[in-house]
Amino acid sequence: MNAIDNKWIGKRTIRPDGADKVTGRAGYSADHSMPGMIWGRVLRSPHPHAVIRGIDTSKAEALPGVKAVVTAKDIVDFPLDKSVMLGIQDMRWMCRNIMAREKALFHGHPVAAVAAISEEVAEAACKLIEVDYEVLPHVIEIEDAIKPDAPILHDFVRHEGKPSNIATTMVNKLGDVDAGFAQADLIIERSFKTRPVHQGYIEPHACTVSHAADGKVTIWSSSQGQFMVRAMTSLLTGIPQSNIRAIPAEIGGGFGAKTIIYLEPVAVMLAKKSGRPVKMVMSRDEVFRATGPTSGSMSTVKIGVKKDGSIVAAQGTFYLQAGGLPGSPLRGPVGCSFSPYNIENVLSVGYDVVSNRSKVAAYRAPGAPLGAYATECVLDEIAEKLGMDKLELRLKNTAKPGGKTVYGATFGQITFKETVEAIKNHPHYTAPLDKNPSKGVVRGRGVASGFWFNAGGESSAQVNLTEDGNVTVTTGHPDVGGSRASIANVTAELLGIDHSRISVLIGDTSSIGFSNLTGGSRVTFASAMVVTQSTEKVIGQLKERAAKIWKIDPEAVIWDNGEARPAGPNAGQFPPLTLKELAAKANEMGGPIGAGVQLNTTGADPGFATHCVDVEVDVDLGIVRVLRYTAAQDVGRALHPSYVEGQIQGGVVQGIGWALSEEYLYNAKGQLDNASFLDYRMPVCSDVPMIEPIMLEIPNPKHPQGVRGVGEAPIVPPLAAIANAIHDALGKRFYSLPMSPPKVLEVIDAR
Amino acid sequence: MAKLHVTTTINGEPTEFLCDPSQSMLDVLRNTLGLTGSKEGCGTGDCGACSITLDGRLTCSCLVLAAEVGGHEINTIEGMAQGDELHPLQQKFLEMAALQCGICTPGVLMAARALLEKNPDPTETEVRFWLAGNLCRCTGYDKIVRAVLETAAEMRSAA
Ligand code: FES
Ligand code: FES
Repeated sequence: MNAIDNKWIGKRTIRPDGADKVTGRAGYSADHSMPGMIWGRVLRSPHPHAVIRGIDTSKAEALPGVKAVVTAKDIVDFPLDKSVMLGIQDMRWMCRNIMAREKALFHGHPVAAVAAISEEVAEAACKLIEVDYEVLPHVIEIEDAIKPDAPILHDFVRHEGKPSNIATTMVNKLGDVDAGFAQADLIIERSFKTRPVHQGYIEPHACTVSHAADGKVTIWSSSQGQFMVRAMTSLLTGIPQSNIRAIPAEIGGGFGAKTIIYLEPVAVMLAKKSGRPVKMVMSRDEVFRATGPTSGSMSTVKIGVKKDGSIVAAQGTFYLQAGGLPGSPLRGPVGCSFSPYNIENVLSVGYDVVSNRSKVAAYRAPGAPLGAYATECVLDEIAEKLGMDKLELRLKNTAKPGGKTVYGATFGQITFKETVEAIKNHPHYTAPLDKNPSKGVVRGRGVASGFWFNAGGESSAQVNLTEDGNVTVTTGHPDVGGSRASIANVTAELLGIDHSRISVLIGDTSSIGFSNLTGGSRVTFASAMVVTQSTEKVIGQLKERAAKIWKIDPEAVIWDNGEARPAGPNAGQFPPLTLKELAAKANEMGGPIGAGVQLNTTGADPGFATHCVDVEVDVDLGIVRVLRYTAAQDVGRALHPSYVEGQIQGGVVQGIGWALSEEYLYNAKGQLDNASFLDYRMPVCSDVPMIEPIMLEIPNPKHPQGVRGVGEAPIVPPLAAIANAIHDALGKRFYSLPMSPPKVLEVIDAR
Repeated sequence: MAKLHVTTTINGEPTEFLCDPSQSMLDVLRNTLGLTGSKEGCGTGDCGACSITLDGRLTCSCLVLAAEVGGHEINTIEGMAQGDELHPLQQKFLEMAALQCGICTPGVLMAARALLEKNPDPTETEVRFWLAGNLCRCTGYDKIVRAVLETAAEMRSAA
């Protein structure tokens, strides 16, 4: 699409849900109440690892005001020997994650739940539940969990035939790495560590549910997919999906973590047992302790190059922390780490390691930042050793269209080179940097790149005309950051009417067709596709109606700028019919006008990003400050540029937190020591500079508007970009995150 | 335990409520008075999502005991727009896309308004430090800071 032709696409329109969100009217998950509602609370394990020998809830049940108690017995059991998948989630693990069954696997693991007339009574009742624990030795860190004598979490997990904490191994391979390394003039191999970090959404998990006497369940909660809420709740409670209506509340951030649920099935069982609507809201402490985070990692990356910088072989070994139950995002580092580059010989291996921490959940480009951190730091070192410009090294090796990826796909269009060139040509990259502005302060500049698969998948939309000639669009995807605004732009553009005449809604599970999760950078891509097809059908209907009125062939009618017109002089002479006029005549001329499309969308090609960052290090205090940040990314087509920029800026700042300050800290007892926003240090406004996004609009040929997913790629490069910048400043390399003041001082002080 | 009776003013309206001695003002706003625009992100004073003004002073409502607000004046996000007319900050946040998920937005707006009332011409650094108590995980703060600076400039030229 040519920008000049567009009236709405690419414009910074005001989002349809905006006024509600700046006035406090928008209803998020904790904002809903119901008549007669009671409150649920969860009892959590005080031990990181313990067999649950028995639970006595009688005293809690006897407490006045208590209406129901739920334990694992009330949740559907998925036996350990047979996997039942819902998307990428194995219900064997999900049923044990929402309520501990045989064992408590981490400090904070739910063991029981109570519904009572107030949160205080529910809390008091939780304290009356007697759990008979047999405390077991625990293990937290990857290096300890993979030792031969480590406490084993699950008897059914075997690695190389022996009991182990390595639950899964993923191997991706291209060519022959040994032969590749044999041709190399220079080989660099380094090991890296990252800590688990939390997605950090400001809205804690919450839900309100009702279980009516006829067995019909209504769930009001925020998630990244109301259909996931319905399906998972159905599986875990045994209530058929047709009896469950999941209403998507506004979502206060998810970043991947709200692609699974924690509370809804428990609340449904409490509501069923008590006969009362139940509301549950997690505290921030519970959010940190028992939801998310993403995996910590231990990786080794080895890259071999020729003297001219061409990469001949690459090998990556990635150990990822799964938490108490299997399910690390192995595909992220295994598939993404080397994919920006054209390398003939690659071996990429991932291990899913369980230990006594909360089960990980997806976080923006799940797993990819861990891999890129290792790969892009090694490339930095290679460029340094070869005396080559860092971006030149990348340009020399960019993946090519038709090239094969280690994860099996063959590249179509590739837009990586453009992101590297955009940084190379940006004034930031060549701006002079005073490397030693004052005593005790040093500065440096770093670059890094990143890759994310992107996704298509199932989406549904319905576009209806109102009787007064306006338009409602319904999709099935929670809007995490402006997708309604993009949809309004697309619909206005196609129909040729003013943006303000379109309202965009998110349907509940009973009012719109199945739509997969808001995740994988897929929503704008997929929903724009189904909305386009639905709108085109509506336009077809409008042309037919005009043809009927004019008594000419529908083929002889065109839709132009919000009106039906005869296609040319031969079609006849009629004054144009506007959308409003046609809507007014709709019922007499054949009935209501509207159309829906349900589709499994395809064609979401991968996304690439290249970033450049300047940092300043206070060598006495070990504090690293980000001074300037530029992020280039191919966005395909920015339907609403502000929200595309916002995705890039937000992803970068999450990456800055991951690189510099965020980490889970466990004590010797296996308890999380920093379960609060005070001690888990996410970037605040004064920590960061403006983030300059460079949006490269290279249309994705497989999408009607050229859209490419944008939400995830921006968090992939920052970890390495910042590590490389700190190296540039200090002349020292860091091999573990976060690069927080104590760590920085340790590296500075190391001989 | 007996409930306490409190008489106060919220967004200019005389208001009475009953509360437990241990209840926070945020809890009363959200769960007793139905003013759910103030959000609970942490309950410990670390995120700013619950920001209100108490006698004009920016405060985390999760840290205020409801029993203590008797006779004081409270303003919440629900009182920021005048009828249909958005406050210039609210309008600018929409125009400049200074929100993504929007959960932090009520708190950020309350804090930004308190800043501009104190300092109509803040520098970028002043805005960043003033808003340092309001966590936003979506936007990276860029568009928030720009929207506040831009609103300040417009309000100054309109004044
Ligand atoms: S809820 Fe009050 S500061 Fe977070
Ligand atoms: S817009 Fe989501 S937390 Fe600020």
